[in-house]
Amino acid sequence: MTPWLAAARAVGVEIAGRHADDVDARGRFPAEALSALKERALLGLLVPASEGGPGAGIADVVVICHELGRHCASTAMIYAMHQIQVACLVRHAGGNPWLRAFIRRLASEQLLLASATSEAGVGGDVRSSVCALDERRGRFALTKQAPVISYAEPCDAILVTARRTPQSPPSDQMLAVVLRADADLQAREVWNTLGMRGTCSNGYRLAAEGEIAQILQVPYADISAQTMLPTSHLVWSALWLGIAGEALSRARAFVRAEAKRKPGVPPIGAARLAEAMGELQSMKGELLACLRQYEAAAGSGDALSALPFALAMNNLKILSSQKVVSIVGQAMLICGLEGYRSDSPFSIGRLLRDAHSAVVMVNNDRIVANNAGLALALRDDPELLA
Amino acid sequence: MKVRIRTVLKSAGSLQAGLDAIRDDSDLHAAGLTSHATVNLMLALEEAFDVEFPDRLLRRKTFSSIDAIAEALAEIGVRDEAA
Ligand SMILES: Cc1cc2nc3c(=O)[nH]c(=O)nc-3n(C[C@H](O)[C@H](O)[C@H](O)COP(=O)(O)OP(=O)(O)OC[C@H]3O[C@@H](n4cnc5c(N)ncnc54)[C@H](O)[C@@H]3O)c2cc1C
Repeated sequence: MTPWLAAARAVGVEIAGRHADDVDARGRFPAEALSALKERALLGLLVPASEGGPGAGIADVVVICHELGRHCASTAMIYAMHQIQVACLVRHAGGNPWLRAFIRRLASEQLLLASATSEAGVGGDVRSSVCALDERRGRFALTKQAPVISYAEPCDAILVTARRTPQSPPSDQMLAVVLRADADLQAREVWNTLGMRGTCSNGYRLAAEGEIAQILQVPYADISAQTMLPTSHLVWSALWLGIAGEALSRARAFVRAEAKRKPGVPPIGAARLAEAMGELQSMKGELLACLRQYEAAAGSGDALSALPFALAMNNLKILSSQKVVSIVGQAMLICGLEGYRSDSPFSIGRLLRDAHSAVVMVNNDRIVANNAGLALALRDDPELLA
Repeated sequence: MKVRIRTVLKSAGSLQAGLDAIRDDSDLHAAGLTSHATVNLMLALEEAFDVEFPDRLLRRKTFSSIDAIAEALAEIGVRDEAA
């Protein structure tokens, strides 16, 4: 176990897990857990050594998301969304001195990054924008109707997508770093949802200005294909695996207690538990296979932009988001009324509600529609070990 | 070949602006070629030139400009009748 994972586990067990029910019930930001992650310097993990960070890899982040997912899914999702933004910055900042200095600050001050890709008018189609960057005298201004920005209030900066210019087509997008202090956030929709309640993903009218240097020079299309999509699907799937694993831990504890109460009689839930563990195994296998595939491609922009790679990462998201709901549902059946109760040690309710966010967090139907296009383009690859 | 590419692009590229404004080296993605339209464009090119793009050419860069498309087609054996 890396020292980072050990630190994350301590935060999960001692802090995030202890407050998870309160965070969920009140729909509040998991401030204690995020402070603890900051204190242990886990927010800047991906910052390379050349910029003053520990230079950890995506696998280190994936295992932490999985760990946190077991204790508090909202904390895990906030951590995951933050790391997606860091990954995009670290990979695509290029030589831009403003961004380089910002990445250094990220490591030294453990800044928390949020994201505003979704927009009113385009729904979840994050590859098109209505708002645009308005450039004047070396500065830009933008105004975005953002239906959801998770933890926008306590964050330090927001990465915002917008059209390159007011004349650009919707798909010609850029990504800009907006400092929280420079952002005017007017509250719109309040985040009162079934699950993931602690992510505080309220809606806002976001108005901001900044220096041109705060805009990443690479087109967002490349950032999205090479980094944002694959890392999102990896870190999300990891935390969903954590939720599923936690549900099965509770189910296993329940079945064991049954077995002890009536020695010699196989508990009725044991077979279902075994079956659900098989599902968990395949969910884990898919995540690890895609993680390896990402690591193998990470050195090459071309490999990351290849269509078969995109298809694989999209399928990981679809598969994991369905499996987490199915596995947590199995755990509920196994624990029965004890699982259905909100006040029992075997309670499954919060896990089930959090799990249901997975299919709508970038709607699976939308991803399937994208995959349908990719499927038309791709050829068969008959070689098993290629 | 580039004239034929333009014809295909006109029917399958779903670009906002007219094709006249687009030079051979203009960035088609900046002109509004979406990923969805890229797939349609690819299929239309395969039909028009009677070829199949191998997986290694199936990436954004291949369809980023008329020049890039011509280069890819040449790579998979389409002869430039104008040359
Ligand atoms: C916990 C959580 C946190 C989030 N945090 C953020 C954040 O910090 N920043 C941010 O920008 N966004 C965030 N989001 C939003 C997320 O990224 C998606 O944009 C959002 O979930 C999509 O919303 P939607 O269902 O309204 O839109 P859509 O994707 O438009 O879906 C609406 C409906 O239209 C259908 N549909 C739409 N397009 C298609 C298509 N092409 N093919 C088939 N069906 C289609 C869908 O099936 C669905 O029924 C968050 C979401 C969640 C759940």
